[in-house]
Amino acid sequence: MIGTAWHRRIVLALPWLWTGLFFLLPFAFVLKISFSEAALSVPPYSDFFAYAGGAIVGLKANLANYQLLLSDALYVKAYLSSVKIGAIATFITLLLGYPMAYAIARAAPQRRNVFLVLVMLPFWTSFLIRIYAWMGLLRPTGLINSALLSLGVIDEPLLLLNTPFAVYLGIVYAYLPFMVLPLYARLEKLDPALLEAAADLGAKPWRAFLGVTLPLSRPGILAGCLLVFIPAVGEFVIPELLGGPNTLMIGKVLWSEFFSNRDWPMASALTVVLLVLLVAPIMLLQARREDAP
Amino acid sequence: MTSVIRIAAVSKRFGPSTAVDDVTLDIRENEFLALLGASGCGKTTLLRLIAGLEQPDSGAIFIGGDNMTGTPPYARPVNMMFQSYALFPHMTVADNVAFGLKQDGISGAALTARVKEALEGVELETLGTRKPDQLSGGQRQRVALARCLAKRPKVLLLDEPMAALDKHLRERTQLELMALRARLGITFVVVTHDQSEAMAMADRVAVMEEGRILQVAPPRELYERPANARVARFFGDINLWDAAAAPRRPHPAGIVAIRPERIHMSRTPGSDTVCEGTVADVAYLGTASTCFVTTTTGLTVRVLVRSDEGAPPFTPGERVYLTWPASAMMALDP
Ligand SMILES: Nc1ncnc2c1ncn2[C@@H]1O[C@H](COP(=O)(O)OP(=O)(O)OP(=O)(O)O)[C@@H](O)[C@H]1O
Ligand SMILES: [Mg+2]
Repeated sequence: MIGTAWHRRIVLALPWLWTGLFFLLPFAFVLKISFSEAALSVPPYSDFFAYAGGAIVGLKANLANYQLLLSDALYVKAYLSSVKIGAIATFITLLLGYPMAYAIARAAPQRRNVFLVLVMLPFWTSFLIRIYAWMGLLRPTGLINSALLSLGVIDEPLLLLNTPFAVYLGIVYAYLPFMVLPLYARLEKLDPALLEAAADLGAKPWRAFLGVTLPLSRPGILAGCLLVFIPAVGEFVIPELLGGPNTLMIGKVLWSEFFSNRDWPMASALTVVLLVLLVAPIMLLQARREDAP
Repeated sequence: MTSVIRIAAVSKRFGPSTAVDDVTLDIRENEFLALLGASGCGKTTLLRLIAGLEQPDSGAIFIGGDNMTGTPPYARPVNMMFQSYALFPHMTVADNVAFGLKQDGISGAALTARVKEALEGVELETLGTRKPDQLSGGQRQRVALARCLAKRPKVLLLDEPMAALDKHLRERTQLELMALRARLGITFVVVTHDQSEAMAMADRVAVMEEGRILQVAPPRELYERPANARVARFFGDINLWDAAAAPRRPHPAGIVAIRPERIHMSRTPGSDTVCEGTVADVAYLGTASTCFVTTTTGLTVRVLVRSDEGAPPFTPGERVYLTWPASAMMALDP
């Protein structure tokens, strides 16, 4: 029995170890850097600790980065715009993903796996390559425009690339599987007898959907939306490659602070705020879910 | 009596197997009809056809005189209680009951009153705010019943309503269902594979086998005058003999049947003795025992001996003499 207890303790410790090593520890570094000043040194930031004779005698917590972040309209706008783009893209993904998940869950059991593999098939090629492919499709001289031009539907190329449209398209395309999978997992478990009971009690199909299917799939909707929204808000590649210079998203700002300005402390502060912005709503949702019976 | 449901030559196939095979059945206004049959004989399918959850491949279903073949379930004036109860897990008991009423456009005070009435009908008025997973199996069954009754349907369809209950609760629920029926005047169609349940509750029993209805009759008639040997076997214990091998041989061919309780057994021969034999085995049942007697002609006869007959109980190996009135024998088709 001692062996089992040990075994179990190790199993329980693994996720904590993982979180500690690959999230908490790096995050502590980021947090530390965010309180320092940019400097022309290697690494390019001032020391967080004050030393005297080899011993740490104090902290040099510098809040300037956070002050600037909150006072500079650019940063605030970038955050707001990221959240907006993330939210709208998540909503579109939900609208597309729900019917897909529903259809797969209602398909004959032996065909469901085929559909699921098809949903996940894009993951078999690199994310970057797929976004480049979209660039090729959306360019003024790209496949879509050439096709429409040669068919005579349009006279001059549509502006598709470097627009908000392209950003939404990219996010929805890239994150759709993250929406479909949790929704499917939920809908597949839905007892068909419940819908039959609803119909038997006089509910037309759409009322049965609103009254039974939708509320019972809420945990799936929540999981899917979080899985899409969180990475979408911090997305860098899609707005950079498809959105062009006019798309303002926090991921791009972060990148330029880090690589163009070499202002690690500012980039770190941006990261910390982004994390707080994203984690707070999740914690709230989690707390609400635990309240529910 | 008028028929509230008319099932006219209905068949339903699932792939190669025929679940319901050319069934014609009239369900009368206000009756308690039991659908009885072995597992897989098509009872649930027949019930689902009436509810509109399955569509027949051929034939027609009339409810209250209207042809309802092809009418979706939500437009039929019948309600079904599912074997799994199918309670909505995300709704409270009261919301479960209110769901069907809301579909009829009932709201406000009228809705509250109807929900209260339905819950009182099954003595659950104090549990309205619970969720289904906070209820016992028996309570869930009552919620499912209340959810159907609240709609005041013409016909209530119940698929094995007692299957998930223990014996004690089952007997109580049987009585309650019968009381409900008497009070509300609704037609009940109840699926069961328990013949004693069917006999205790039903006005008429439809015996099914492999998608067909063998006989529809009141329980007493089914017991005393079964249409054939297959029906007879379903209802209680019975001796079924090939007519050629039967003692007394009242009929030249077919199958001869006699109920074990109609046979009298004694240790001494009498003038009316039909046959003699040896007790092979005794199964004690409490109020009575079933004795298995092997006759001198090699036939096995089941005899029901009441425990209060005074004489010491029969034991295996005893020589016994059997007698019965000729009228107790039935000639049956196989
Ligand atoms: N949806 C379905 N698809 C395929 N076959 C089905 C379906 N529903 C029922 N059947 C078949 O039809 C036959 C009758 O089934 P049904 O459920 O009506 O039996 P039942 O009498 O209710 O049995 P039980 O007492 O076990 O509930 C069975 O052979 C079953 O396998
Ligand atoms: Mg069944």
